[in-house]
Amino acid sequence: MFRLFETAAGTGWGAEQRRINWFKYASPQAFFPLAGTLQPWFAGLAVVLCAVGIYLGFFVAPTDAQQGEAYRIIFIHVPAAWMSMFLYLVMAFWAGVGLALNTRLSGMMASAIAPTGALFTFLALWTGSLWGKPMWGAWWVWDARLTSELILLFLYFGFMALQSAIDDPRRADRAGAVLALVGVVNIPIIYFSVKWWNTLHQGASVSLTRSPSMATTMFAGMIVMALAFWMYSMAAALARVRCIILERERNAEWVADPLKRLP
Amino acid sequence: MNWGGWGEFFAMGGYALYVWGSYAATFALVACEIIFLNLRKRNILRHLGRAGATAQRVVAQHG
Repeated sequence: MFRLFETAAGTGWGAEQRRINWFKYASPQAFFPLAGTLQPWFAGLAVVLCAVGIYLGFFVAPTDAQQGEAYRIIFIHVPAAWMSMFLYLVMAFWAGVGLALNTRLSGMMASAIAPTGALFTFLALWTGSLWGKPMWGAWWVWDARLTSELILLFLYFGFMALQSAIDDPRRADRAGAVLALVGVVNIPIIYFSVKWWNTLHQGASVSLTRSPSMATTMFAGMIVMALAFWMYSMAAALARVRCIILERERNAEWVADPLKRLP
Repeated sequence: MNWGGWGEFFAMGGYALYVWGSYAATFALVACEIIFLNLRKRNILRHLGRAGATAQRVVAQHG
């Protein structure tokens, strides 16, 4: 981070950078209290949104004409699947930033997101399996959508295993970043798998280019649950990044000897 | 309102296993993650000892 500052100052746009001070929270020491302040707000929002989403999903959204009550799995399945892909992109973004700019916090953020991303990937597969059984008659099929989502789960596990296998955290960050960035290619494969291949999995019910092919209340429940999962992911990632900061910086002066910092 | 009573609600039109299996797994795993995060935080603070306790206070004061 400091190295970047010095180079930046030499090239002329450094003054601008310093005035806005984008990099203030790039230091773990500065980000630690900010994460602690934000975390309860995200957690609170997640609880409220989840309560609203469950209410909409079970008490407002009507029974589906074709699938009966089984379709109510959608309020978890689709948001979990969206988060599994979105969190991977966010994780790969921070891993890439850490690789390019050599900022310590970016690597920590990538490590903090991975377990929550794996959690949502597993839930997307689990709920999909419980939905597939009554609708398709099978818990699992080797369909392109299901297989690419399973590969996503292995990418998360691979990222975490690789990082925990390397003792030096900075080297672990760099190795993990390469794996995460290479794995990004899987995200469009998951997303477009239902178009590219003839899958048993249905196509997207929601897209940016046309109105959703479902009842408004069903759609609302799904969106609210997706927001709840998003807020939960932020809360979990911030809580975890605070642990990682303390673990990695335990010998740094601001952690090891905070008495000096007391006013 | 979709349900005639709690019995009907829990039966989920015959899909109770699949619907409740999904929701139960979600809430169980999220609860596990929250517990693990709290244990991890407690462990590192215990490891840091007095410095950790003070760090927490500093953080509390500075937001």
